[in-house]
Amino acid sequence: MPQTLFDKIWEQHIVHEEAGRPGLIWVDRHLIHEVTSPQAFDGLRLAARRVRRPDLTFATVDHNVPTTDRTIPIQDPISKKQVEALAKNCADFGITFFNLGSPHQGIIHVIGPELGITLPGMTIVCGDSHTSTHGAFGALALGIGTSEVEHVLATQCLWLEKPRSLEIHVDGAPPRGVTAKDIILTIIGHIGIAGGTGSVVEYRGNAITALSMEERMTICNMTIEGGARAGMINPDETTFRYIRGRKYAPKGEVLEQAEEYWRELRTDPGSTFDRSVQLNASNMTPQVTWGTNPAMVTDVTGKVPNPDDFSDPPMKRAAAHALEYMGLEPGTIIQSIKLDRVFIGSCTNSRLADLIAASKIINGKKVAPGVRAMVVPGSQMVKYQAEKQGLHRIFKEAGFEWRESGCSMCLGMNPDILAPGERCASTSNRNFEGRQGRGGRTHLVSPIMAAAAAVAGHFVDIRSWDIDS
Amino acid sequence: MEPFKHHKGIVVPLDRANVDTDQIIPKQFLKLIERTGFGQYLFYDWRFHPDGNPRADFVLNYPRYKGSTVLLARVNFGCGSSREHAAWALSDYGFKVLIASSYADIFYNNCFKNGILPVILEEAVVSQLFEEVGRQESYSVYTDLENQTIRKPDGAEIHFEIDQFRKKCLLEGLDDISLTLQHEEKIRSHEKKLHPFLLIDVKR
Repeated sequence: MPQTLFDKIWEQHIVHEEAGRPGLIWVDRHLIHEVTSPQAFDGLRLAARRVRRPDLTFATVDHNVPTTDRTIPIQDPISKKQVEALAKNCADFGITFFNLGSPHQGIIHVIGPELGITLPGMTIVCGDSHTSTHGAFGALALGIGTSEVEHVLATQCLWLEKPRSLEIHVDGAPPRGVTAKDIILTIIGHIGIAGGTGSVVEYRGNAITALSMEERMTICNMTIEGGARAGMINPDETTFRYIRGRKYAPKGEVLEQAEEYWRELRTDPGSTFDRSVQLNASNMTPQVTWGTNPAMVTDVTGKVPNPDDFSDPPMKRAAAHALEYMGLEPGTIIQSIKLDRVFIGSCTNSRLADLIAASKIINGKKVAPGVRAMVVPGSQMVKYQAEKQGLHRIFKEAGFEWRESGCSMCLGMNPDILAPGERCASTSNRNFEGRQGRGGRTHLVSPIMAAAAAVAGHFVDIRSWDIDS
Repeated sequence: MEPFKHHKGIVVPLDRANVDTDQIIPKQFLKLIERTGFGQYLFYDWRFHPDGNPRADFVLNYPRYKGSTVLLARVNFGCGSSREHAAWALSDYGFKVLIASSYADIFYNNCFKNGILPVILEEAVVSQLFEEVGRQESYSVYTDLENQTIRKPDGAEIHFEIDQFRKKCLLEGLDDISLTLQHEEKIRSHEKKLHPFLLIDVKR
């Protein structure tokens, strides 16, 4: 019987199965950060348990670290304590840790792939919903809670109910100016924020296979915003090219055998899915969110909807509430919305390709008066590579702040936050109320849309700009 | 974990769809390294003015819902971030039972690890409950996990479905880790067969 990529990985990782119960699956990689792990380590200590496989566990600090000068100690004493707790936990339990000051520190979902820790065919977990990012490599990557973090630390296994399968098939070439971010925002707008609940998504079609690894990561990253358990893309030559030579990736004969195995992981022709969604990228447009969840999204040429446009009463109420929070009138033209802040960063869009694309938009231009714009590279390695290409100069000359790596204003746990009422074009993944700071108003867009908005001071249709130069 | 068998409590209605975990517990409270003490920050931005005074217009602050332990919510409750702090905050505040037509997957899992019962009911039944709770002061329900029922003040019972394994874990307050370690032999044999590419040379 033909099998999907997910079926094959599930079968390879099942440790124990019995009728009417979740499966016990083996975990190949456990990624850890400072916010969702301290209570898990405490639990281990209380029960006098050890970390079963410290060699398969990797940690970094990303969520609450400052993105300013790293030579200055962390000022917030509570953040400092959380970072120190992770350092101690990793030292006590023998876990590889990329602390502040390490050339490999960065957002956990940026450094995993970049260091070759993330590989096809793996099961990967992390106490973070955006773990779905790693599915771009053809891995089953799941966000888990802290109790499950403790469970994986102790057992290197996870209880998991076998999810349903959802195929999202995207064909066609996206027009110039339409990026991976626009594709995933279109998908979420289409299926809704709970459209994938209980499912693992497989992204398929020639629009997906044409994407680079960085673009695939953007797609899989936001799978959770559609409510799905995980998102996956079949591994192919693009994947293998990305992996070769990375720090923790296999080398030589082991790599050759691995690639042979990875090629067999692909979803077999004739496989079926529980549900299927078909979209075409050739008629997609740059997207801008107008509301307080990622499915509240529209075309850059569109308008802010009227709550009365929605027939479903809860949706009508939700839209009215969102507009009130966002300080927007129904019918407002998206491109007339003025901005106070621009944020380029987050595990969705802070990789080198994102920064290169944004830098081309602003090269030789200036950030509009009254707009404060910042770039937060996803990792120290991204920052280093960007600086080697001189991107930091382009950004700084345009008036952007050039920061150290971390999650930063995606969730505002560190000092990078919006003031109440401030409006931000953000390349991050969530526009929830207060996400970037209490009272802050977030519009999700692609890196090139954010860069152009910084220059114009309001949203612009990037397709009307000369973006190939 | 404390077992959950049954619970009687006042119902508070939170009439919003897609309540995300950023609302349940805002990020500024995720820096604590303990598991307890999060109840005071539950729904913080909705519950309190920026100066820290309670907002009279938020339902949890209505005097009639004081001491409520059952939260009635709408579709896709707990979406977004995986932060278990959301479950800790609900539990620490005193909530034992949640009622909604659906939950986000990670949040739903987290509830069971913390002795909270997230009941799933048909959307129409949830809407009916919202109506009744709004009409009657001190509306309380008796939730019986063993029999999978919710008894309303008028004595009428609503049946709910729940995965039998999850039910057993809650009823017995089972610790996942000790359950897993019963399969140690199988874990060890799996571990021995790992493909070489999965292994890490940490000295690299």
